[in-house]
Amino acid sequence: MGGPLASAALLPRLYAGEGAAIARMLTRAEAATPEAREALAEIYRRAGRAHVIGITGVPGSGKSTLVGKLTRALRATHRKVGIIAVDPSSPFSGGAILGDRIRMSELATDPGVFIRSMATRGSMGGLARSTQDAVDILDAAGFHLILIETVGVGQDEVEIAQASHTTIVVSAPGLGDDIQAIKAGVLEIADVHVVSKCDRPDSFRTVADLKSMLAMGAVLSRGGWSVPVVATSSERGEGIGDLVSAIDRHREYLHHSGALRARRQRIAEYRMLKTAEDLLRRRFAASRAGRVADLAERLAARELEPYSAAEELLNSAFGSTYHE
Amino acid sequence: MNQAIRIMLAKVGLDGHDRGVKVVARCLRDAGMDVIYTGLHRSPDEVVTAAVQEDVDILGVSLLSGAHMTIFPRILKLLEERGGQDILVVGGGVIPDEDVDALKKMGVKEILLQDTPPQVIVETLRELVDARGPR
Ligand SMILES: Nc1nc2c(ncn2[C@@H]2O[C@H](COP(=O)(O)OP(=O)(O)OP(=O)(O)O)[C@@H](O)[C@H]2O)c(=O)[nH]1
Ligand SMILES: [Mg+2]
Repeated sequence: MGGPLASAALLPRLYAGEGAAIARMLTRAEAATPEAREALAEIYRRAGRAHVIGITGVPGSGKSTLVGKLTRALRATHRKVGIIAVDPSSPFSGGAILGDRIRMSELATDPGVFIRSMATRGSMGGLARSTQDAVDILDAAGFHLILIETVGVGQDEVEIAQASHTTIVVSAPGLGDDIQAIKAGVLEIADVHVVSKCDRPDSFRTVADLKSMLAMGAVLSRGGWSVPVVATSSERGEGIGDLVSAIDRHREYLHHSGALRARRQRIAEYRMLKTAEDLLRRRFAASRAGRVADLAERLAARELEPYSAAEELLNSAFGSTYHE
Repeated sequence: MNQAIRIMLAKVGLDGHDRGVKVVARCLRDAGMDVIYTGLHRSPDEVVTAAVQEDVDILGVSLLSGAHMTIFPRILKLLEERGGQDILVVGGGVIPDEDVDALKKMGVKEILLQDTPPQVIVETLRELVDARGPR
């Protein structure tokens, strides 16, 4: 065995769509191995063709099951679909149970589908740190549509809207009182709303509640796009075709209105800022090491107050260049 | 950077329940691993496709149905064909002693029988990944 294969050597196989090469590159991106950085840069330059669809909603709202059905319907249009399914890591052990895939078993052997599970590892906002690298990898490997299932969120984790071209928010009947289970901030990011499990009798109320909430918040239209509410049942296969056409209409709208450019810019900006924050955090962690214990001791002894202690820590980590 | 071990747990064949696998999945998560569970009644083809896409360190296949002498060779062959030959295959469930050696000769790295204590499972898996080294 000649040791690990260089990431650059994976690229031709990845561009040819070879599963094992795609998979290994995803692993390297997740591990953030320095060795992989140049290969990821090349992938980034090459990517940018895929349409990225984010799917979010409270835990148990039926996201994974819907992704399975939706992907099957999208495959009927001969487009290749990449799926990134994010689940939360345990804050205690750092480990994770990644269970979204169970609900997508009907896609299990379709060569035009690639499914990858990712754990959040402490990342907030519903995505993992390397989710967007994963999008680029699948994009460069020739997948036309990339679906991202976020962790089940319901508060203000709206990061998915900064990572996708079309954001779908899934609400379901019977989870909490009504639509309140999902907060207004999350509703606002939707380009398409789905009310799932519409085989359940109480789903009519969910649809009505959602529509009236949207009417009140005046987020039924944005630019020239009016946000549709699609009722689906993964169990009965209902509404899936409507969802496919809502997605395609939104994609057309983005192209024709020029909104796509703005969206791409927003995604790029967000990604750059996030990467910069990440770098800053890592540099800080590496350079503060010697000072933390000593400053904390003086802070605990009340010789310092928290603000000056923090400032001194930053000064010693980044040099005296740090000033507010 | 120290990456969490990625493991896929699969139930192949007709066995009816997965309580045991779910308990093991939680133990492994609590030991800091990322655990992908694929659900019941999977075929070798489905399991191998998933394991390759997920690029797991370890593929744990549990069976009670007695079909191990046909299923493991099939899985190993498919892994080879799909570029997943560096995925470590571990067997679990009910496998008679006399077959354990034969399976190991075939390329199954370890057999963890039904009553293996969780701590032993965790340690065995860690050792296997350490022994393999970076990839
Ligand atoms: N009645 C009904 N149940 C559904 C439907 N879709 C999903 N479910 C059920 O809802 C539960 C949750 O489904 P998932 O697809 O795992 O939901 P999820 O949003 O991905 O869940 P998390 O990833 O844990 O946040 C499961 O028990 C499904 O069987 C549907 O169309 N109708
Ligand atoms: Mg899910």
